[in-house]
Amino acid sequence: MAETGRLRQATAGHPLLSQVALLRIAIVLAVLALWEALAHSGLLYRDVVPSLLSIARAMADLLSQQDYYYNLGVTAGEIGMALLIGGTSGLVVGLVLGGNRFLSKAFEPYLYYLGPTPKIIFLPIAIMWFGVETPSKIALGTFSCFFPVALNVAAGMRQIDRTLIRVGESFRASTLQMVFKIYLPAMRHPIINGVRLGFGFALIGVLLAETRLSNKGVGFMIMQADSTFDMPSMYAMLIVLFVLAIGANALIGRLGGLDTIKRT
Amino acid sequence: MTDAALPGARRARSAAAPRMVGLLTVIGALVLAEAAIQGGLVNRFIVPPPSEVIESLSRIMTERHVFDRFLITAGECLVAGVMLTLFGVAGGVLMHRFRLLQQAVETWVASFAAAPLVIMYPLFLVVFGRNALTIIMMGFISGLPPAILKTIEGIAATRKVLINVGKSFNLTGRQQFWKILFPAALPTIFVGVRLGLIFALINIVGTEFLINYGGLGALITDLAERYDLAGTYAAICFVILVSVLFFLALEKIERWLRPVD
Repeated sequence: MAETGRLRQATAGHPLLSQVALLRIAIVLAVLALWEALAHSGLLYRDVVPSLLSIARAMADLLSQQDYYYNLGVTAGEIGMALLIGGTSGLVVGLVLGGNRFLSKAFEPYLYYLGPTPKIIFLPIAIMWFGVETPSKIALGTFSCFFPVALNVAAGMRQIDRTLIRVGESFRASTLQMVFKIYLPAMRHPIINGVRLGFGFALIGVLLAETRLSNKGVGFMIMQADSTFDMPSMYAMLIVLFVLAIGANALIGRLGGLDTIKRT
Repeated sequence: MTDAALPGARRARSAAAPRMVGLLTVIGALVLAEAAIQGGLVNRFIVPPPSEVIESLSRIMTERHVFDRFLITAGECLVAGVMLTLFGVAGGVLMHRFRLLQQAVETWVASFAAAPLVIMYPLFLVVFGRNALTIIMMGFISGLPPAILKTIEGIAATRKVLINVGKSFNLTGRQQFWKILFPAALPTIFVGVRLGLIFALINIVGTEFLINYGGLGALITDLAERYDLAGTYAAICFVILVSVLFFLALEKIERWLRPVD
């Protein structure tokens, strides 16, 4: 019986939508229906949960605004600069700590324990040092991004296959050649993973700094929507932001070949 | 000293040397900063001398009721921690139990872990108001994804031989879960809870700072807005100290839970 069942299943071919896809659609529809019911129920204050139509309208409005793209560009620029400065310094520090056991034991614990502290609390210092404009946002993003990159690179450096290093040494490679021909290619995955984490932390650092004290950027726009109680716009901005953040995260992982790593 | 004890002592000395170098470098940097600020090389109205910051530590402890604020933040962390443990572990177990559900939503949970959830705080302010509930909910949602994902990973990684032992004893589904799967997955589940708690602490202190309400995070905003520079730096040092102690305590518990290899 079981065999015939299996046979019938095999000959039936693949259905148009798999069970997983169907369940996903069902969950999304249920959440949307629940949302719409909540929006019209009157259980919450008016507009705290706006109707889906008004969110869709706000999103269309947002995506057609030139002002939004300008602010998105400002935030993207700040994140890019933070990633560049924090990522490069994290890479250098990680290479130094990963390559030297003594320095690693001396300084890595400080990075390890400072890493998970909430970086937003350094905003008053960043503002004092760099002012209220863009540089303070970049500084906070840089500081947030530095730790995951440095720690991942240091850990990755220690995991390099000794044979590869010996091959480089047997070819009498210079330090620079060792870095570019052996260390960096061998550490591609930990570096990309560090950059991916660093991107996430830089994004959070920059956005939070913008919500606190700024006159431009997506964080500023979210606070504007909050202060004018324009809830549909706030939801629209958050949705677009989440989609962009998750997409960028996945893209960094894919470009770095993280999706090709075999899971054991 | 016996000969056998010598290598151990030497090993301890060689392990202590880098730590001493690290500590001396930090102290040296502080002394240099003090000299640069006192000598007028660095503006003391931008960077206060480390000696003033250390002095301010005791001042903010008494005047700004740091201990009470610490208790508020710790309480919020505790509530968020209990919530994320309950919902995270239950969610993970549920997803493991129903494979189809796991296949459908696991990638969503992982995507949520990559999303900047903390930016939702203005929304939470509107929904829950400017109170402790907003802060707790921010901590809870940011810590939930790792707790769920690690629970699934822990249960899925239970050794086949342990499951077979359960089957050979004719355990019921419930017994199999409580006697075999859950204890075997506990160390990995705790890794998820630990990560969740760290994210929760970061977001709780961050939200306190941003909405200027509650415990330690609000203290920094309070002092910064009064332009009490030494106090602000001292409060930041205190928050870092609390975070590090919290992190160390969680690591200790995790090591205690991990079976000896």
